[in-house]
Amino acid sequence: MAEDTTRSTDQPEDRQKDLHQVNKTGLSRRNFLKGLGTGAVAATVAPATLAEADSHSATTGAEITRATVKLSINQQVYQIEVEPRTTLLTVLRDGIDTGGQRIDLTGAKEVCDRGACGGCTILVDGRSVYSCMMLAIDAEGKEITTVEGLADDNELHPVQEAFIEHDALMCGFCTPGFVVASKAILDQNPNPTREEIQAELSGNICRCGTYPFIFEAVASAAKKMK
Amino acid sequence: MAEWGEARKSSLLGKYTQRLSGPQKVTGQAKYTFDINRPGMLYGRILRSHIPRGTLTALDLSPAQQMPGVKAAIPLIEAGKEIRYEGQEIAAVAADTKDIAADAIRAIQFDYDPLDHVVDLGEAMSESSPQIRDWENNQSDRQIDEKGDLQAGWTTADAVVEATYSTEVQVHTCLESHGHVAEWDGDQLTVWASTQAVFGTRRDFARHFELPEDKVRVITEHMGGGFGSKFGPGVEGRAAAKLAKETGQPVKLMLTRKGEQNTAGNRPSMVQHVKAGATKEGKLVAYEVSGYGTSGLGGGAGFTGPYVYQVPNYRTEKFNVAINAGSGRAFRAPRHPQGAFAMDSLMDELAEKIGMDSLEFRKLNDPNEIRHAEYDRGAEEIGWNRRQKVAGSAPGIQKRGIGVGSGQWGGGGGKGTKARVNINSDGTVEAVTGTQDLGTGIRTAIAIIVADELGLQPTDITVKIGDTLPGLPSGGSGGSQTTPSVSPVVKTAAMAAKESLINHLAEKVNVAADEVVIKEGSVTIGNNQLSWKEAASTLGMETISEEGSWDENLREGGAAGAQFAEVEVDTETGQVKLIKIVAVQDCGLIINRLATESQINGGVIGGIGYALLEDRIMDGQTGRSLNSNLIDYKVAGAQEIPEIRAIAHDTDRKVTGIGEPVTIPTAGAIANAVYNAIGVRVRSLPITPDKVLTALEEA
Repeated sequence: MAEDTTRSTDQPEDRQKDLHQVNKTGLSRRNFLKGLGTGAVAATVAPATLAEADSHSATTGAEITRATVKLSINQQVYQIEVEPRTTLLTVLRDGIDTGGQRIDLTGAKEVCDRGACGGCTILVDGRSVYSCMMLAIDAEGKEITTVEGLADDNELHPVQEAFIEHDALMCGFCTPGFVVASKAILDQNPNPTREEIQAELSGNICRCGTYPFIFEAVASAAKKMK
Repeated sequence: MAEWGEARKSSLLGKYTQRLSGPQKVTGQAKYTFDINRPGMLYGRILRSHIPRGTLTALDLSPAQQMPGVKAAIPLIEAGKEIRYEGQEIAAVAADTKDIAADAIRAIQFDYDPLDHVVDLGEAMSESSPQIRDWENNQSDRQIDEKGDLQAGWTTADAVVEATYSTEVQVHTCLESHGHVAEWDGDQLTVWASTQAVFGTRRDFARHFELPEDKVRVITEHMGGGFGSKFGPGVEGRAAAKLAKETGQPVKLMLTRKGEQNTAGNRPSMVQHVKAGATKEGKLVAYEVSGYGTSGLGGGAGFTGPYVYQVPNYRTEKFNVAINAGSGRAFRAPRHPQGAFAMDSLMDELAEKIGMDSLEFRKLNDPNEIRHAEYDRGAEEIGWNRRQKVAGSAPGIQKRGIGVGSGQWGGGGGKGTKARVNINSDGTVEAVTGTQDLGTGIRTAIAIIVADELGLQPTDITVKIGDTLPGLPSGGSGGSQTTPSVSPVVKTAAMAAKESLINHLAEKVNVAADEVVIKEGSVTIGNNQLSWKEAASTLGMETISEEGSWDENLREGGAAGAQFAEVEVDTETGQVKLIKIVAVQDCGLIINRLATESQINGGVIGGIGYALLEDRIMDGQTGRSLNSNLIDYKVAGAQEIPEIRAIAHDTDRKVTGIGEPVTIPTAGAIANAVYNAIGVRVRSLPITPDKVLTALEEA
């Protein structure tokens, strides 16, 4: 699920303008990353199992550069101040925009925080992405869709309907990730076999064990979408 | 005494009903504790020990306290105390953002004198091991259970099997980690908790902060998995509430994934040295086992045995071994999967030794008639007759085999739930009780029961659960007790509410109560028919509100289960591929068949992880876990799921709980199928490729 982070040149004009304005405030990726505090680097690159206890170098937080980015989420533009290390997931769940409003899109879940479970799956320019593995600054100029943005005018997406009908959820904590990933599968492949569904969903984990009904739901949604 | 009546004639009971929480869950609108964002809320985080054992000599919180954005830092252990496992709590902070909280715990300075540790079961039992708790050689007292005359049993045995079976430490791995959002308003504490017990959690918070219980409110609208590990606030919950009190701001403190995996519970390991004998006619006559396992520093390791099958003469010995690791907690059918895997393997080994079909041998020793029927049904579904007559005799590299496993669970529920059903004058109906929905579907089950009684649809019922505020307590959700504990009280509350409405209407138009009939969304009074809404509107300023009562007659315990597995083992790679699993489960009287089938699937899939994938791996040198994350700790994913036939075996019984029984037989069935495929037995879970290849090599 490697995501190309270079910005395409065929951006709509207004988005190009947004980018330009942001760049005027000093947000080229290169300069921005140069402004990283050392503690923040340690936090980002330390191995998963050792990060918390071992990287014991103190960070005061004072030297971390912050910058304002504009993100288009579910077709609404948010202006948010972020640190270089701030993930897209953190912005969605915990971000507060420059007007003081919480983004509060908590559908994407923080589960492993290391790209291992798919609980935070969202769509970036139509492709499924682990939002815990994408920095907020890299999401500028892209169209972000979360599970909250799938339903159309309160009409559920066929995948959402099928998940309910087939009871493809129990505790439901992994469900937003599976729903979004399933939608992305069907957008790419409208007629997946069961094997293809299983392979495509292998980046998402469910602990309650709802997989068999998820496979049924995706197959059934595929039929509905025809 | 109330009765369920002829449930099969009901349009709702035992039918397929969609989950009421479905729309919220598929749209991301369902708010879990992890999702609660309160105005002015701070983010809490815990500093944990990275060493397995040592004496804390110094702890300095001031570097954290001085950081911008950090609002409070509190110690969770005093200097001079012993750190006893990796992940033990040292301090906690509350900060403006999650990232600042993470910086702050790294800024905290602490020092320690290391002490020798042990994280391996065998090493901990040896005399050279450091003594890490108040048990001789780190071993608890033996717990012994005896029946009959074991010596006489051995003399009548024609065949004896001796074997050692071992099972791993399995980690709950709840996707929503343990955690709370705590908020004070004066001396009133409100806690959003990811818990299996809102009332138990309220009591624990009240005791800890010396508050009257009515000053604490606990809310669990949705929760992301518990599996037995989420009862009570824990260190993290108390820390969240303390940080909130100190800062005067709400605090959200959810465990990190690493903290969750290392410290929030596990299913203890078990090693069982078993010797058992049977007659050539197929009767089990003697069974002797010594079993020990580790629950970290706690005492929760155990197994149930002899499991399911009747043995006239037996002796079991059990004890715990302490290691420097996070403690075990109740985990979906505590002690049963360990016992079932060993017993199911043993039954297979004995059957082969006396030259009898494994199923036939089981039936001769299993007194449960429901399970006999389940054996027959499952055997037909899997194609038992396709089983290798001689294990491992199929030609080729990929070999298929079929196996069977068994399970038994109580799950009869009990007293203690209060529930209320309200009929409002606008026709809305509320069902209120203090239980919580872990994902089992109790919310929907309550709606089905009330709707069935009132002639309405489940979506007509507003179910209010997961909150202590209404003051209608219910027990914790453990032991598969929720549905059988809650259903009788909800059913009788709905019956009482219906009776009240009938009496009210009868009085209003001056007819006898038996002339009022409530059915299928309408109310008939003599020759007149009213819609439900019209009937309710006659209540005017009144609301009908009736409590239910416990009724023994509506529930029953004792759920039997049997599962069959077909596997394909690659004898070159050691890979075990599951082909099909058939789970036949006595579910008593089913409320919602859809959720029941989901739960059977879920139990089987948990069992697949236990049988083939999951294992907490500790590093002896550092005393630390090597796989406290979701990359290296393998839970079953989409690729590991075979065809699963979830068969809810209908019996003329009452409501029972099935969350736990459905995970018990899986590992035994898979292990026996592996043996049937390759003719070599792997007696250690999880059955990983290295173990398969080693077993083949040694054969």
